This record gives sequence, structure tokens and C-alpha cells, in this order.
Amino acid sequence: MSAWRRLHVKVRRAHGLFTSRRVTEQYTWMYGPSTLGQNLSTGKPLRNDFFKELEAQLAAMRKKAADALPGSSWSPFDINPNLPPERADIVIIGGGVMGWSIAYWLKQKERVREGVKVIVVERDLTYSQASTVLSAGGIRQQFSLPENIHLSLASADFMRNINEHLGVLNEDPVDLQFNQSGYLFLASEEVAHIMEENYSTQRQVGAKVTLLSPTQLKEKFPWINTDGVALASYGLENEGWFDPWSLLNAFRRKAMSMGVIQCCGEVTDFKYTVSMMTSPGGDPVVYKRINSVKVQMPKGLEYQMVECAIVVNAAGAFSGKLAEMLGISSNPKDTIAGTPVPVEPRKRYIYVVHCPDGPGLDTPFLIDYSGMYFRREGLGGNYITGASPKEADEPDTSNLEVDHQFFEDSVWPRLAYRVPAFEKLKVTSAWAGFYDYNTFDQNGIIGDHPVINNMYFATGFSGHGLQQSPAAGRAVAELILDGNFKTLDMRGLGFRRIMAQEPILERNIL
Amino acid sequence: MAASCKSLYRCCQQSVCHLVARKLSSSRSVSPPPLHRRILLFLTQRFYDLEMLLSWRGQLRRKGIMRKNAYYDFTQRLYGSDIAAAFYILSLKGGFRFVGQSDWFRADQRGKFNWDFLNHKDTPLEEVDMSYTVINYRGLDNLEGQQSLRTLALRGCPEVDDWFLARLHVFEDSLEELDISHCPRITTGGLAALRNLKGLRRLDLSSLPGISSPGLVVILLEEMLPQCQIIATGYDYSIKQHGGEEEVQR
Ligand SMILES: Cc1cc2nc3c(=O)[nH]c(=O)nc-3n(C[C@H](O)[C@H](O)[C@H](O)COP(=O)(O)OP(=O)(O)OC[C@H]3O[C@@H](n4cnc5c(N)ncnc54)[C@H](O)[C@@H]3O)c2cc1C
Repeated sequence: MSAWRRLHVKVRRAHGLFTSRRVTEQYTWMYGPSTLGQNLSTGKPLRNDFFKELEAQLAAMRKKAADALPGSSWSPFDINPNLPPERADIVIIGGGVMGWSIAYWLKQKERVREGVKVIVVERDLTYSQASTVLSAGGIRQQFSLPENIHLSLASADFMRNINEHLGVLNEDPVDLQFNQSGYLFLASEEVAHIMEENYSTQRQVGAKVTLLSPTQLKEKFPWINTDGVALASYGLENEGWFDPWSLLNAFRRKAMSMGVIQCCGEVTDFKYTVSMMTSPGGDPVVYKRINSVKVQMPKGLEYQMVECAIVVNAAGAFSGKLAEMLGISSNPKDTIAGTPVPVEPRKRYIYVVHCPDGPGLDTPFLIDYSGMYFRREGLGGNYITGASPKEADEPDTSNLEVDHQFFEDSVWPRLAYRVPAFEKLKVTSAWAGFYDYNTFDQNGIIGDHPVINNMYFATGFSGHGLQQSPAAGRAVAELILDGNFKTLDMRGLGFRRIMAQEPILERNIL
Repeated sequence: MAASCKSLYRCCQQSVCHLVARKLSSSRSVSPPPLHRRILLFLTQRFYDLEMLLSWRGQLRRKGIMRKNAYYDFTQRLYGSDIAAAFYILSLKGGFRFVGQSDWFRADQRGKFNWDFLNHKDTPLEEVDMSYTVINYRGLDNLEGQQSLRTLALRGCPEVDDWFLARLHVFEDSLEELDISHCPRITTGGLAALRNLKGLRRLDLSSLPGISSPGLVVILLEEMLPQCQIIATGYDYSIKQHGGEEEVQR
């Protein structure tokens, strides 16, 4: 059948050739002799135009007919070139710093070029709501949990050698604008013993931290009011702050140069298969396996189902919502519908203040026991500050509007108490961002979900995800490609603790 | 292998055509990069093999620096940390002076040095000059035990960066003089780390290309280290310092 059609087309094509030759013959015959004495009549060129047009149209028709033949790649619909590919090995949902870090490490670990096909799906390429770019950009080792200290130390090591990791040939080197300024935690009488415990954990793990008495504190930082401070701990090395955009962009640039595909769209649904099994205890357990991810294009109704083997949930504050699409609850107490993903957005404000008489170049990232924090921003007497609200006063998370009253009521009084120079200041701007808040125990969740077979998580970092992203990304990539953790043992941060309802609490949360 | 040779051959052919075409079209453009650079750039854009080669070269260079800055564990165990530090310094073509001695030990241009320093077992170092060497963050491991180090010169060290400065807190009790002039990778973010060196008396930060508003930075440093004399030459203060002072006064 198709052979016959091809024959037919061939005949038509030959015919076409013939006609076109005839036209040209005509053309030379009409114009040939009279090129010198210009044609006076207008009728002939018109007729020629007609033939020319006809010829072009015929050619177009012939082309279309040839295209429509079976075996060619033509299709009657326009295809949006921005659509993601139909198939991929690994789909990473969320193009924040976590997502791109995982993408980079996956490519870094692949054995042969193009060994794994990785795509990163991000719904908003301007990152207007992503926590990454709205964060304070700090990195510290002053945690109470060894896992967090390890992650952070490994990330500091990564940033120290960032150009070996993320440098791209023939492009500018990465500049994180890192400020080597250290964190200063202040403890009151009640919590001083916790600080001492944390200090010994941190030293054991290898962080360079020292304890200061109030007198030493006053000596080192004369601008601090030490009333109420019983003990302070101060980071000497590997702590400070940097530009989150630079880190995000560096990860993205490198990952894309290694072949990761970025696509703009929102994941709105999954297609999955369900299988029932019985647990050793005899209870029925529902297992799910994702077959494809539905990526909705930003404008219009267009979407693409992306078939994939593994999905990574790095959607930050919205990763709980993403898991809900699979019927997984986000309520930490709820264990009926499988292990929950207890991550929800929590709004946090950052205020930029100007204070010409404020502390100078040696200003650390100061964290008061009252929950207030501040740090220097640039050299011109600007600072950024904020505080965590009480659990009962959590602001509404439907938008990113800033509550200026919160500054007046909860931030400024504490700030001015701790550093009297801040009694006179001017708020120059402010913004809000979402913490990817883990309501279960305020720590990152790294690992595969026990009930959804092929979804991996890197989320719930609750205010320290930016600094841990390099090491956490590596951990996830190891889990996916090697089957277990190789460099840092992150089993403690997996889902097991949520299943067993055993929170691992971090005591240094902002 | 054969395939890659063939591709190399093909790319050479193509690149010649390309270069000729480029020459014709852009003969008047503003100072193009040198020819070999352009060839390499073109080839790397087209061929993974070349890109690999170039990144290997970079990796090799870094490995070399890392090897030179490795921790002298063996020497340390055999001779103690002072001799290990001394050996490390001389291997990198630096120089030093022991506590209580007046002469310096130095390596010459070709890296040759006098082994007499081995006779001074368990004598700490007082002055170290690592100017124009490839000392980096890791190399500091070898010097960490030097608790009587008073002077450290790091003039023109290409590998000294902000992370290196942050690590100098290991000498916080003893260090009095520090020379970090002409180090290309130091930025303002790293200078904040010098706050831990409260004993510093003299700091030379001349001609640091990574510092954007030197006038302001020097004022802030003087404020942070009040007992320290700060030397900062080689900057163009004419406009910048004006702006800086204004900012401070505001
Ligand atoms: C005010 C504030 C201060 C902070 N300070 C610090 C700090 O000092 N140090 C620190 O380490 N951390 C800090 N953090 C925390 C840190 O910013 C986050 O933990 C980290 O950025 C999380 O990165 P992420 O990539 O997981 O999330 P995000 O950056 O939020 O990225 C998630 C991305 O996923 C996309 N997405 C979501 N759902 C979908 C979907 N269905 N389909 C497609 N795309 C989707 C979103 O558009 C978003 O871009 C702070 C956070 C805030 C809000």
C-alpha cells in the first residue's frame, strides 16, 4: 500500500518537474529576446506572476505530501519546543538550590557521559517565591545534631573548592561573595548547659567553635549588651554568609553544561500503579510506584506526561503538597495513609535596617536566645534582621506580604536591647520567604519514601537548607545511583524516624 | 580510539575553514583573544574529547598544588612538628627563622636548600616568609603547631584566599605581623576573618585586586583592629575613598 503511494508521489513529482520546466521554458521564450527593449505590455508579467505563484504553491504541496508520508517526523499539530521530553530517567521536581545540587551530583557521579537522563522541572524561573533566593544566606556548624554538623562541614568544604566543582571551562569562575564572619550564639542561664553540650558535640565532629564568657564576649565585641547572657559560643572558621543566587546559578550552570535538561512547568499530577502487600504483622500495606509525571506548561492548558524511573521531590516548602497528590498526608501524626511528609510552608520576615553607628566589619551572624538574629549586609552600615514567631502566632502563608508590625513588636525591642546602637535605625526594606518547615522535628528529610517506591526526598530543612544543599545533594545522588550513602551516613535523616514517630530534635533552630 | 582520531582530524579540517572565515569577517574587531585560545575554545565547544583534555589539565595542575601542600605526616612523626613545618616551607621555596636565631633558612631559586635545619629539632619558628609560593588552605595544616609564630609574609601568593585567612585564627595568640599584599584571590569577605587576630600590630594589604572600595575597607579594618598599623598602598583612592568616607559619616 505504502509502496504504491510512494510510486504515485514519484509520478506526481516527475510531473511537477515537467511542468516547472515548461514554465521556465516559457519564461525564457518570453523574456529572452526582449531583455534590451523593456516590455511595455503589463499583461505578460502578471501572467508570469500567476505561474510563479502556482509553482511555489505546488512545491509547498509536494513538500507537505512528502512530509505526511509514514516514516517522516512531521505531525499535523504544532509542537511546543519548550515541552519536556517524553521520557527521562530521573525527574527532579523543584529547581531550587536543592534540586540543582542533586542534578549536579547525579551527573557528577554518572560513569559514562549521558549515562542518566536528568530533567529538572521548575514552575517559576524567576524564583519569585523560592526560599533559596529569599534566605539570609548563612552557613554555620553550630548545630546540636551530628548529622547537621557533618552536612554543614561538608558543604563548607565544597564551597571552599567551589571552582573545582562548579567551574565551567571558558566561563567566569564562581564567586559566592562569601563573608568569613562566624556565628555568635548567645545563651541565657536556662539554656547555657545545652550550649555546653552542643559545643562538645561540635568540637567532636570537627567544627572550630569556642565558648566565651560574658566578660570575654564584652572584650571581643564591646558593642554587645551582655545582660542576661550566661554563655556565648562563637564560630572561628567555615561560618559566615554568602550570596544564595550565586550558589543556585553556579549549580544550575554546571549541571546544564553537563547535560541536565531544565524545563519550565508545574508538576500537577502523577500517574502511578498501586500494589497491595501485607506487612509482617499482617496489616495490608499499599505500595505505589510512579510511572509518569504530569508537567503543566506555564501558559495555557498544554501539558506533557514525562515517563520516568525515579522522581526526586525537592520542591522545598511545597514538597508536602506534592506528596499529597500521591495520597500521602502531611500531618505528622497521621500514619494511616502511609508515612506522612510533614513539610509545610512557614512565612518568615527579613528586615533590612540602616544604622550608621552599628557594629563594624567584625559583626558576626548574631543569634540571641530570644530567637532574634541579625547580620551585617555589605559595608555601608546596613544589616538584616528577623526573628521566629511563636508557634501560635504563625502568619498566614497564602502570600508573601511583610508584617511591619512584627518588626516593631518582636524584633526591634530585642535587637535594641542586645545592641544599644540599634535604638536608632531606619528600616529600608523588607521581604518574606517560606521556610520548608518540617513540623515533625525541624530537620531535613533525606531519603526514599517507604511507601512510594521510586520517590526520593530532599526537603524539610527548616531554615538551614541552603547551607546544606551541596552535601545533601550528594547524599541523595549516592542513594539513587549507589543504593546507599557513601561519604556521609545520613540514615538518621531518613523516613524511618517519622515512621517510628521518633523525632530527632535540633536544638539550634532559628 | 580510531573514532576519536578521526573526529580530531575532522575537527581540525573544520576549524581551519572556520578560522579562515572568521578572519575574513572579523578582522577589525576589538583585540580578539590569541589564536591558540580561539582554536581551543572552538574545539571544546564542539568536541567532548578536547573538553576532557582541557579539564584534565586543570585537574592535574590542582593535583600538583595539592600534593605540594599535603600534610607532612611522615616527617612529623619522625622529627616533630617544627622540623616538618620547616621542611614544608623550604620545599615550597619559602624561608623561615627559628626562635632565638638570627639567620634565615631559605630555598634558592631552583629549590635547593641547606639541610642544617634538621639540627634544630624542637625549636619553633618565629618568622615565616611564604611570599610567591603556592601555599594554600591545606598547607596550613603543616604550620598549625607553630604557636610562637610572630611574622607571616604571604605576598603575591596565588592560592591564598578568604578561606585561608579565616584559618589564620590558629595563630591568634602569637601573630603580630601579616603581609597579604598582592594576593589576587583575597576579597573583603575574607578580611573580616582577621578579627580573630587581636594581637596583630602590622598588616600589609597593598594592591589587592579583589577589593572594591579600599578606602572604606581600610577604615573599617582600623576600627576592627585598633592597635594595628595598616599599610595599604597601590590603590587608586581618588574617587573611591571620597565615596567611602561619605558612607562612613552618614
Ligand atoms: C527568610 C529565610 C531565611 C533563611 N535563612 C537561611 C540561612 O541563613 N541559611 C540556610 O542555610 N538556609 C536558610 N533558609 C532556608 C533555605 O532557604 C531553604 O531551606 C532552602 O532554600 C531550600 O531549598 P529548596 O531548593 O529545597 O527549596 P526552594 O528554593 O523553595 O525551591 C523549590 C522550588 O520548587 C518549585 N516548585 C514547588 N512546587 C513545584 C511543582 N509542583 N512543580 C514544579 N516546581 C515546583 C518552586 O517554584 C521552587 O523554586 C532561609 C529561608 C527563609 C525563608
